This record gives sequence, structure tokens and C-alpha cells, in this order.
Amino acid sequence: MHEWALAEAIIRCVEDATGGKGGVEEVYIVVGELQSIDLEVLRWALGELSRGTRLEQATFRFEVERAEFACRNCGKRWSLSDASLGEEEREAVHFVPELVHSFVKCPACGSPDFEVVKGRGVWVKYVRLREG
Amino acid sequence: MDPRLSVIGERLEEVARIIVVCSGKGGVGKSLIASLTSLLSSRSGLRVGLLDLDFHGPSCHIILGARKASPLEDRGLVPPTVAGVRLMSLAFLAGDKPIPLRGADVTNALLELLAITRWGRLDLLIVDSPPGMGEEILDVARILRRAEALLVTTPSPLSLSTVSRLVQLLKSLRTPIVGVLENMRREEEGEVAREARRWGVRYLGWLPYDPEIEAAIGDPARLLSTQLARRLGEALREAGILR
Repeated sequence: MHEWALAEAIIRCVEDATGGKGGVEEVYIVVGELQSIDLEVLRWALGELSRGTRLEQATFRFEVERAEFACRNCGKRWSLSDASLGEEEREAVHFVPELVHSFVKCPACGSPDFEVVKGRGVWVKYVRLREG
Repeated sequence: MDPRLSVIGERLEEVARIIVVCSGKGGVGKSLIASLTSLLSSRSGLRVGLLDLDFHGPSCHIILGARKASPLEDRGLVPPTVAGVRLMSLAFLAGDKPIPLRGADVTNALLELLAITRWGRLDLLIVDSPPGMGEEILDVARILRRAEALLVTTPSPLSLSTVSRLVQLLKSLRTPIVGVLENMRREEEGEVAREARRWGVRYLGWLPYDPEIEAAIGDPARLLSTQLARRLGEALREAGILR
């Protein structure tokens, strides 16, 4: 359950960034499609882990960024839905998104040398603090 | 904000010491020495982990005979224990597929691996590094600030020249250097000890070229009974790494 590890990282990150500045009202999190995060599990883990912290009352908002790839060899652009990943491969990419380079090839020329233009990783876009 | 950077320190907070086995040059025996160091540390009673950062050519899992091992999913990934060593490698996730990563991808994969791996309590974490002085070395120095470097070279001037550059880099990065091991020595030579003095780095001794080592790969018990392991154990005790 990778979502728990991610939730720990998000809580720690927000606490570090807002240290000593009061309660947190909202945390806006962007989730790359490539990582196949279960948002409900992530929301649950964030709720559990934020107990007793300054994030306890926070609302967690998510935005999923669709994955997009661009071939460095032929310039073709494509999306994750165009790629066929098996269950084990999807699981590996879930943990380390860069492993998509081991399992996906350009649908036009077959090259594994492509750029993940969008949709990798998880990051905190902004944090809103409680007034007063 | 990248949440991974905030949690890496927490993942490693119960790790007492981190030693990165590095050389700059390929083919000098880094992975074998990193794996053997882990096995010897475990045998001496230390709780030890081994992190294979040679993403393009991971081999520690092969050396330890752990091709079929896999990490346990538990709020992240818990490394499998192989012959007393907690081993983490991208090979567990990629299988035998190539891992063709460019610079920024290497950094991202390294951050991801450090953020999700739950090592637990360790006396020692050994990190096997790839050839070169790219992302893996620079990122380890940047992210794992308390890591120490254990250098490996052969007596070849080709290897010594690269290790000399690495010493300069590590000193600039303020990465402490435990010392340098001379590997694959075939005859009486003194060049590495002299070079180490010139670099201001401790010479930890030499390891013989051991023709039996290839046959022991994949068999931890047999690896530990080799002449190479005996000599390495002496050098590591002298260096204060082993008890």
C-alpha cells in the first residue's frame, strides 16, 4: 500500500513548509496518472496520519494530471491509455514511475527513449492556512 | 513542493551509518565488494542493508542469489532479507527488463526508492553505486549528507586516474572518505598505496584477484568462504567498519 507512504510524505512536507504558522485549512495535491494512486485510500491515509497534527482539520483536494509521453526518437506524443501495461508492470510503475521506461515503448517507432512530459509523481501544489 | 524530500530523512532515521561503495570506474568489483561487505557485516552481528543504485546494471541481487526475492508491500516497500542482508534493488520491480533512464529520471527513481523503502533499524546501510560521477554520486552526496565513501580501485592506471578525479569530487562535496581498497591485485605492486597517500586517503589494503569468485556468485555461504572475503574482512575490521 504505497498510498500510506505517500500520505506520510505529504503530511511531513506540509508540516515542514508551514512550521509554526497555525492550522492548515486546505492542501491541494496533484497526482500524476502514471503512479496509479487510489485517491480514496490516499485520502483515508491522510486523515489517519493528520490526527494530532496541524493538518487535522484540513481538507485534502486532489487533481489528477494525465500522463503524456513524447518520443525523443521520432517526436510521437501519446498517453498512458495508449500503452498496455500488465498488472505487475503497473504495480512496478506505481512504486517507481521511471520504470515506465522498462515497460513502454513509442507506439510509432518502438523506441524506449521517451520523455514523460506530464503525469509523473505526486506533489503539493499549494497549502492554505487557517486565518487567525 | 516535492513530498519525497521530506520523508527520506525519516525513512533512514534508524540507520546508524551509511557507506557508499564507489569508484568512478566500471569493472573494478564495486558490486562484489558491496555485497561481500554486507554479508560480512551481517555475519559479524550487524543489522545491515544493501541498496543497489546501479540502476542500469543492477547485480547485487544476482551476487546474493536473490533473483526471485521481492519486497513486501507494507506502507511502502520492506526489503527482502537475503542471507541476513536487507536488500533493495530496482531489479525487484523491473525484472530482467532494461532500465533505460536519463539523468533526471535517475534522480527521480533514486528519490522514489529512498522515499518508499522501509529499512527499519540498521547498524549499517551499504550503497552500491554505478560507474561514473553522475546523478547517483551527486544525489547521494546531496540527499544522504551523512554518507561516507568507500573507494575501490584496481592497480591499473586507468582505474587510478578515475578514482583520483572521484577523490577530488568527494572532497569538494565534503563527503567523508573511509579509505580506498585495492582490488584484483595480481602481483607485488605499491602504486595504489602511494597514490592514496598523495590523495590524503587511507589505504585499507589489497584484495587478490580470486579466480574462484565467479563460481561462488549467487551462493552467499560460498562467497563468504573465499579468499577474497577473508581478505576483505580483515581490511574492513582495520577500517572500523566491521566489529
